[in-house]
This record gives sequence, structure tokens and C-alpha cells, in this order.
Amino acid sequence: MKERFFELADYANGQLRGTETLLATFCGETSDFVRFNRARVRQAGSVAQAWLRLTLIDQGRRLNSSLTVAFDRTGDHAAIADAIQTLRSDLATVPPDPLLLYATDVVSSNLERSGRLPEAEEAVDCVIAAAAGADLVGIFASGPVYRGFANSLGQRNWHRVDSFQLDWSVYLGGDKAVKSTFASETWSAQEVTRRIRSAREELGFLAASPRAIEPGQYRAFLAPAAVDELIGMLNWDGVSARSQRTRQSALQKLVDAEATLSPMVTLRENTAEGLGPSFDDSGFPRPPRVALIDGGRHAGALVSARTAKEYDIAPNGANEEESMQSADLDGGSLPMAEALAALDKGILVGNLWYLNYSDRASGRITGMTRFATFWVEGGRIVAPLNVMRFDDSIYRMLGSELKALTREREWIQSRSTYGQRSVESTRVPGALLSSLTLTL
Amino acid sequence: MTTSPDLEEIARRFRRVAPPIEQCTIRIVEESSTTTSVRRDVPEPVARSIDRGAMVTAVDGDGVGYAATSDLSEAGLRAAAERAIQWARCSRGRSVFAEAPPRLSRPGGRFHNGVVSEPDWTPAERIELLREESAQCRLDDRIVDWQASLWTIRSRQLLAADGGDQIFQQHEYAVPSLHVVASNGELTQVRSWGGRYNGLCQQGTARQVAQRSGFGGAGRRTAEQALQLLSAPNCPSGTFDVLLMPDQMMLQIHESIGHPLELDRILGDERNYAGTSFVTPEMFGSYQYGSQLLNVTYDPTLAEEFATFAYDDEGSRAQRHHLIRDGILLQPLGGALSRRRLAQAGWDGFVATARASSWNRPPIDRMSNLNLEPGSATLEQMVSSIDDGILMQTNASWSIDDSRNKFQFGCEWGQRIRSGQLAEVVRNPNYRGISATFWRSLAMVGDASTVEVLGSPFCGKGEPNQLIRVGHASPACKFSAAAVFGAER
Repeated sequence: MKERFFELADYANGQLRGTETLLATFCGETSDFVRFNRARVRQAGSVAQAWLRLTLIDQGRRLNSSLTVAFDRTGDHAAIADAIQTLRSDLATVPPDPLLLYATDVVSSNLERSGRLPEAEEAVDCVIAAAAGADLVGIFASGPVYRGFANSLGQRNWHRVDSFQLDWSVYLGGDKAVKSTFASETWSAQEVTRRIRSAREELGFLAASPRAIEPGQYRAFLAPAAVDELIGMLNWDGVSARSQRTRQSALQKLVDAEATLSPMVTLRENTAEGLGPSFDDSGFPRPPRVALIDGGRHAGALVSARTAKEYDIAPNGANEEESMQSADLDGGSLPMAEALAALDKGILVGNLWYLNYSDRASGRITGMTRFATFWVEGGRIVAPLNVMRFDDSIYRMLGSELKALTREREWIQSRSTYGQRSVESTRVPGALLSSLTLTL
Repeated sequence: MTTSPDLEEIARRFRRVAPPIEQCTIRIVEESSTTTSVRRDVPEPVARSIDRGAMVTAVDGDGVGYAATSDLSEAGLRAAAERAIQWARCSRGRSVFAEAPPRLSRPGGRFHNGVVSEPDWTPAERIELLREESAQCRLDDRIVDWQASLWTIRSRQLLAADGGDQIFQQHEYAVPSLHVVASNGELTQVRSWGGRYNGLCQQGTARQVAQRSGFGGAGRRTAEQALQLLSAPNCPSGTFDVLLMPDQMMLQIHESIGHPLELDRILGDERNYAGTSFVTPEMFGSYQYGSQLLNVTYDPTLAEEFATFAYDDEGSRAQRHHLIRDGILLQPLGGALSRRRLAQAGWDGFVATARASSWNRPPIDRMSNLNLEPGSATLEQMVSSIDDGILMQTNASWSIDDSRNKFQFGCEWGQRIRSGQLAEVVRNPNYRGISATFWRSLAMVGDASTVEVLGSPFCGKGEPNQLIRVGHASPACKFSAAAVFGAER
């Protein structure tokens, strides 16, 4: 795939005239998807897709054009030639772009992480056998994911990662379920079987009559999957330099030093240990790490090339949305094994769901508990809880009410497959809160 | 008969390589889009896109498999067909369809051309239009960010069976949008035209939709309202009658009627991701979903609405149906395949709304155009009926549980109603409730003069994930005694 992309980039560069510059980005994948319901196959298939985005630059003007490519050389060459010709004729009609910024220092890179992925039938058989007799629903996704960059200045970047992900829930009934995920570069039927069995065993905790609690404030332990949802909200204009400069960030009070988070909170973009590529769409290399929050105080933001030009600051390889692709929240000192004892009495939140800002300027977030959420007394699970709505501020949840973060952290690969399989990931601990506000 | 010689050529290639099995179809999709945007008076790079590919679906016994590819050469299609068959064989005997082996609908030889095309604006003309609106936004230094954009899509799709039948559909979509951010250092407020997340989206060319929706002049009005919000008091907390305008009603319909009625949720397919539903099959035909004023239709026939089409992606003919009549729940949103899966079906027919987001995803049950039918009250009558309430406009925040019951929604714009009169503007209005009871508090439904045709390009669900276009037409509606609250400061 790499050679095919670079061949297309070379062909596209050969179409340039005079002072034109071309940037080419590539994303593609060859994926198997198997959807399960009631431990049977609901939908099964494969997707082989590849997109090329061409950016033509000349005389300070710039236009973009994306197209699907087939790696049918004749057809692709014709499509690329057409696209560049259209870009060229349109370029003369648009004004110069004062915020144009792209990498001119040539920094090439190559990363290829090959895995051991299963044959489709092997994966299907394994899941169905392990889930026999259970109500399992979920998705298996597997295959290589590709990202690439090339420009007419000679830069070449390539990123290929093989991985699979099984994301599933085992249901007891109604909305009572245990949710699990297993993602890796190396398939192990034994490990998949063990994890499905473990999830089935955990269903026993949900068998007791569910307890309904009144809205109010409760001591709570958020499992890493729930913390992941909270941190994910900061990708919605929270850590973006553009949002912070235009006072739209959910962390604006932190940025303005009007408020702080707990000194335990240190958040960074950790490209060095993530799944995503180490280059952006403008050809800039991504630093290994970018500090965003340090000891509860604002430490930095993600800066795209365009924002860098607009506000005269240095870019740090952020995507156009200026969102984290490899979020990394430091752990604390609470051993995970002691989390329930430390909670003592309150709510164990396995997952959060459908978060949104109820008051963005105040960092207030609302959302639901989902899947395995329990009432705990004396450090022991007493009963499952019916789903509850929370509405609370990030400055309370990760600030004044944060009592401890777990020592152990979970690495969570993004499950997003909108349009294409994501290469985002997070690494987060669990969090003990002295109070969480439930509203409905 | 179709009007797509290039797509037909791809279908002919497919037929040459289609394997001799029970059933094999191809769905070829091409979408060309252009996005133009001006932010803080500076044009963003114009982005064009051509997305073209095909999905082959094969049936072998009770096994169904698919394979999608962007390689539309004969070799590419052959490889896709072979892969689809492998998947069909792999899922045979392992399928969730226990007693009713699925059969893909055989398309009839018809075609539907959604919108008659006309010469549209060039990139330079689009930039000029957006620049004009952008320039009107900058009323004073408290306007700190603003953006006007126009996104257009031309979609062509050919669904062809190995036997020769095929359906061609062509649609044009336009999504104008505009938002303004005002800040005084202490407070920040956002006001948008059509919703921050592209609620003003319709079928038609950019020129048609922009003219129909009144985009010209929206910049100044939106900026003025952003400044008004900046100096407005916080929305009060308490129990109030609320008057929801169409650009909030569309979200209320979408989240707490549309998603709960999707048959694949009810069948459990979505439980690992988008969620389940508080609605169960026994409810159809008898369940009191809302007050007697509640009438909801699945309507794929309004030419300008965002998800109007003639056939769904299983090849079923799309027709208008009442889903809720006089408050009683009649039927779900589910395609032919899902309908067949539900053994205890207690209603007639099905709603043709199994759709795929593009060539690289298989069809699943979606809501498409889901509309609340107008009633008889004028806006003035609804306002005058409220002694102490809040008018809310333009969705800004949305969250609902996985059974689609406990919701909390927020709006950009609020206005107190006192003694039957519109009074002061309030900022950050929010309300929360429970779907199963909220619709029973529907107290008045606006007449046709209050209806707006809106929608969303971004309805997400499915594994693998799919974003799809949906349409929602609704009048303004009054609800009694809702739980309302504002911001922290």
C-alpha cells in the first residue's frame, strides 16, 4: 500500500507546473467487520477503502480536493490529473489565503507495525463458542489501517498499524449488561475466550434487584472507561488553541487561571505512546508529547497549522479540530484493588454515556451512567443501580471533589469507525470522587 | 431506465463477474461535495471531494455477507464479490436470523431523480456570498469569533441485482450555516443561524436552499442576538410551561421519538453502542406515547426535506406512514429485513427506511424523515395561553439515556413569557424530562404557519459506525410543567 500511495504522489507531483506546490495525504484500511447480536452473526463483511487528499498551493492560494482511489493505475492517474486540473482552474478565482502554513523542512518518517490478525472464520467461531448460551452483542473489527503524507518538496511519511478490536456487551436482561473491550495487534483466541468468560461471570453482580436512588450528591468511583468519557469531552473544543483564543473552551476558566483542577490532574497529548501517526496533514511532525494540564493548571493547547498562523504561535502537529489523538492522564497512588474499599459507600460507575456540555463556559457536563453501575456499601457491591443522569462541573469532578486517581491505568483504543477506523487512543486511571451530582 | 451511464457501466462489469449464487447485488454510490467557509472574514480553503465506491452483498442460505471496495475495475468487483461470498458462507448457520433466512428485496426497474439540477454557484460566488454575511457579523469587539459556511453534496446511487433489475436515485443537498461567538471577558455566548450543528439542511442546490431559508442577511441578525444573549439574565430554574420552536422540536423528535422507534434497537442490535429502547413490540397499536395532539409521520415525500428518497437501500419503495396517531403508537421505524425478524409483529407492513451512510457500510434501520404533523394553534395563541413560561429556540446541547428515556436538552436562546406576552431574553435555557411522560404533556401544537423543515447531516449509530442524513419538519409546540434550569453563572 505504501508503494502504491507514493507512486500516486509521484504521479501527482509530475502534473505540477511552475511554482505550484502539492501536499498529498492518504488514509486507507482493509477491514473485516463482524457484528454480533445474541451471540450470533448480525452482519459480516469487509471494507477496502483508500482516500487521497490533494492540496494545490500557488501564489499564496490554496485549494483541497479529496478522491477515493482504487489502485487501478490508469483510472487513478486520470482521476488525479482531473482533480489537479480542476484545482488549478479554480485556484485563480479564489483569494490568497493569509493563514496558509505548511511544512517546508523535509522530515520523512516510516512506521509499520505488523500484527498477527485472525482469519475471519476463526474470529467468528471463537466469539460464538465463548458466548454460547449468553446474550452477547458487539462488533469485531480487524485489519491494517494506513495513513500517509507526501509533498512535492520530497517529504514522505508512512504509518501502518495492524490491529483488531472486539468490543462487546453481555446482557443479563433489559439494560443490565457488562461491557468489555479487547484490542491488540496480536490475536489470541485463548485471551478472547478468557475475557468473554470473565464478563459473563461479572453478570452475577447484576442479578440482584436494582436499587433506585434519588437525585443528589453521592460519593463515587469512576472506572477508567468512565474517566475516558470525561477526558473525551475535552476534545470538543476543550484543549484546542483556537477555542481557547476565542473564549469558547470548556477549560476557559482554567486557561484564564480563574480556576484550577486537582494537583493530581496532569494531561498530555502523548503521540509517542499512541496509535496515531507522528505527522499532520500539513506535513509538520508531531512532538512526542504536548503538555496540556500540569498539576491541575493550564499548561498548553493543541495548535494546528492554521491556528498557528492566525495567532502567531508555534504549531504542534494538531489536526484541524485540535483534538487529542493520544490523550494521556497521569495515574495516582490508589491501587485499583483498593478502589472499592476507598469508596466505602457510594456509586461504582462502570461507564458513562452520551455526554454533552450543559454549561460549556463553566465546564459543566451532563450524561448518563450506563452498563455496570452499582451501589456499594462497606467497600462491597450491594446492588446494581438503575441508570442515572449526572450534571456536574469538570472543576468539581477533576478538581475539588477528586480524592484519588488509581495507580493502574487502562489503555483504551478508540472504538470509532465513522467513515474509517480511528487511530485514536487514551490512557487513563480510575477516579475516586467525594461527590458526584445526580439530577434525574 | 436510469440516467447514469457511468454507474450503469460499473453495474454491467459487476454482472459479468457476479457469482452464480442465490442472490448477489451491488450498491454503487458516488457523492461529490464542496465545502466553502469564511471564518473571521478570512476564506478557508475550498474543499472538494469525490467519494465513489461499491458494496457487493451476497446471500447463501441463511448467510449474508458484504464486501465494499473503492476499486471499481472488473478485477476489483470480482474480488469484492468473492469476499462477500466468503462472508455469506462464514455466517451461514451462525446467523441471528434463526427462522427466517433473509432475502434481499429484488429492486423493480424504476428510478427517482430527487431534484432537478440547475447551474449552481461557483467557488468564487460562494466565497463572495459568505464574505458578505461574515462582514455583517462584526458588530463590535465583543464579537470574538464568527463563521459562515456552505456545504453542498450531489449524490448518485445505483442499486443493481445480478438479474438485471436496478434502481437509480440522484439527490442534491445543501447545508448553509452561520454562527457567532460573543464574549465580554466574563461570559461567552454562541448564537447560530439554523443551529450550530447544521440543522438547516435541505435538498436542493446551494442557490435554492440559501434563498428558501433566508440565508441572506442572517449574519447581522445572528450577531445582534449573540450580543443580546451576552447581556441577558440567566434562565431561571423551576417548573415552567415551555414553548419549543421548530429548531428545538427537531431535536426533541429525533432523540425521544425517532431513536426509540428504530426497530434494530428494539431487536437488540444496537445495545453495545447506540443503545436499546424503552419501547417494546407489545406497545404497537395501543401505547399512549403522547397526548392526543401528537401525530408523527415517516414522510419520504417532501421534495425539500433532507432524507426524501424513493427507495431505501434494501430496494423497498418508500411511502408515507403514520407512526403515532392521536397519541397512540402505531408502528416502528424498520426496513423489510427487520420487520421479518420480529416474529410477533402486530402491525401491517413496514417503513422502508433501511439505509447505509455510504458505499462502505451496510444498511441498518434509520429514521430518515420523521415529522410532527401541524395542529391548529397560531404562535400568538400559544404565547397568550402561557401565564409564566419560557420560549426556547435552537438546540445547543443534547443528552439522553441508552433506552431513550431520561433526557436533558439545552438551547441557545430563551425568552420569558409573562401573562401571555413575550418578555425578556434569557440565556442558557435547559430542560430535562423523561420521554415516556414528556410527550403526554404536549398541550398545544402549532399550525402550518409555524412549521419549519429542518434536519441533521450527522445522525450517528451502528457498528461499524454510520453518520446519516435525517429530516425533521415540525411546528412550534407547547409543553406543560417542564423542569427548566439555567447556567451556573
